[in-house]
Amino acid sequence: MSTPQQGLRARDLSLGYEGADIISGLTLDVPDARVTSIIGPNGCGKSTLLRGLGRLLNPRSGDVLLDGIPLREHSTRHIATRISVLPQAPTAPSGLTVADLVSRGRHPRQKWYQQFSASDERVVEAALEATDILELADSPLEDLSGGQRQRAWISMTLAQETGILLLDEPTTYLDLAHQVDVLELVRRLYREHHRTVVMVLHDISLAARYSDHIIAMKDGAIVAQGTPSEVITPECLLEVFGLDAHVVAEPTEGRPHVIPLGTVGAAPVHT
Amino acid sequence: MVSVLLVLATVAAMALHVAFGGTPMAYPDVLRALLGDDSNTRIHLAVTEFRAPRMVAAVVVGACLAAAGAITQTVARNPLASPDLLGVTAGASLGAVTVLVIAGGGHAGLSGLAATVGMPAAAFTAGIASGLAVYLLSYRRGLDSYRLVLAGLGISGLAASLTTWILTLGDVTSAAQALTWMMGSLNGKDWETVRPMAISAAVLLLAAMSSGRWLLLTSLGEDTAVGLGVRIGVVRLVVLALAVLLASVATVTAGPVAFVALASPRIARALTSTVIPSVGVSALVGAIFVLLADTLSANALAAPLPVGVATAVVGAPFLIHLILKYQRRLS
Repeated sequence: MSTPQQGLRARDLSLGYEGADIISGLTLDVPDARVTSIIGPNGCGKSTLLRGLGRLLNPRSGDVLLDGIPLREHSTRHIATRISVLPQAPTAPSGLTVADLVSRGRHPRQKWYQQFSASDERVVEAALEATDILELADSPLEDLSGGQRQRAWISMTLAQETGILLLDEPTTYLDLAHQVDVLELVRRLYREHHRTVVMVLHDISLAARYSDHIIAMKDGAIVAQGTPSEVITPECLLEVFGLDAHVVAEPTEGRPHVIPLGTVGAAPVHT
Repeated sequence: MVSVLLVLATVAAMALHVAFGGTPMAYPDVLRALLGDDSNTRIHLAVTEFRAPRMVAAVVVGACLAAAGAITQTVARNPLASPDLLGVTAGASLGAVTVLVIAGGGHAGLSGLAATVGMPAAAFTAGIASGLAVYLLSYRRGLDSYRLVLAGLGISGLAASLTTWILTLGDVTSAAQALTWMMGSLNGKDWETVRPMAISAAVLLLAAMSSGRWLLLTSLGEDTAVGLGVRIGVVRLVVLALAVLLASVATVTAGPVAFVALASPRIARALTSTVIPSVGVSALVGAIFVLLADTLSANALAAPLPVGVATAVVGAPFLIHLILKYQRRLS
């Protein structure tokens, strides 16, 4: 901490809405150029932490540092050129087209007196192409399937051209094929360009498949972090989720895969 | 394209209003009077000193209410929202009625300085104070559109009951004068009262029209807007303040004129098929709406109606139509 550090860090961070802190005194170095997933039971503070990292929620105490400087000392527009955020289940007014939405991603880089430039146009088109929805550019968002809509939102974050992407449960409301589709897309887009991704995921096996780094949280604190194989163990699942489970290596890459047996306190199913 | 047509339609409605907004006159005479021919003193006076300021007042009221409506509907993310929800109309009425009843008591109604300066100033101040109260009540760690609607209803209700109570304190003349004002009327507008309103309206409308980009970003929701680098608190405060000021200018000019703020942005959005109503297009639609309503109310019946009655007669069925349409979409 004596030298200024690149990337996104949390130092002694406390976050909350009303009443008691949800997260208190949390310290975290987000691994650069890696895909990180935050897992944990409902209400453990994983979305709160993500909101704090993306300045959607201001710290009660402590700091989130971007390149060693607290977020509150950056302008919110400057942050939007470094970090893009995709909130959980985002909404848009009806009639908004895919191209309209993705073009909003250029806002942080436009001055108020500037029109949409040719280079903005090119970035938007590239973002639509990268997410494979260029032919849907003129369709209203509400006419798209859930998976296509999520691609459009991811496309908007790409148009921001940031090095860091924060995703809050990007697979909510999607069927399994579309969940895999979205996670494949994120991993491909960000690995290719050595960008940093932090996402909140519910499905532990999917998190293990698509992440380089896993952060397990419980009661507002980080219980374990490391590679998927280091973190996703029967002991950790028991401690974090109260879940009794087998962890096996999945056959393609040998990453951990969870086979739930039952919850602790429920009637035992394997004896 | 639509904007050009709307500008032409506005000019046409203005011409129609000057020609037919009162005792009938031959159109060539009206035109000559507008162009500066004062050979027919009676017609020249009627056109330049009565009809022209009344026409400008109609444009001011329509454009301001519609622009305020476009902003309110976008920020509240509710197509049925209007500046009435910001407490402005009810607050301004309370201010105006208080001055009318208290200063006008015992005389033959209100006149002189109290009428030309006191009443507009009271209406303006009370309108803005109500808007501020609604904003402060709905602000808790950011602005929530549901809280905004609830606080607006509460403050409007409070102001309306106080207005009714103050009406009972006054004598018959001032109470009748107050009730006339509360109908929304363009009667007796002269340049002295219209000029400052027209200047304020022009400045506010320009500011409101340049807020379009930010309005679209706020319509994506708070988290997305912040993620895109929008200082959402500042943007909301500024655009809502613009809406409150616009609605106050309109209400001070003509009293509460119903349904213009609600209907005009909806019509504008249907005409241009944009995602959120454009402030400029809404303003043009609002100006045409009030101009036509005022022309109609001067000619439809034997006795001229206040313009507020005419807009309500047209606007109420439109509101019912809107609600039915949304119900059908939901079911």
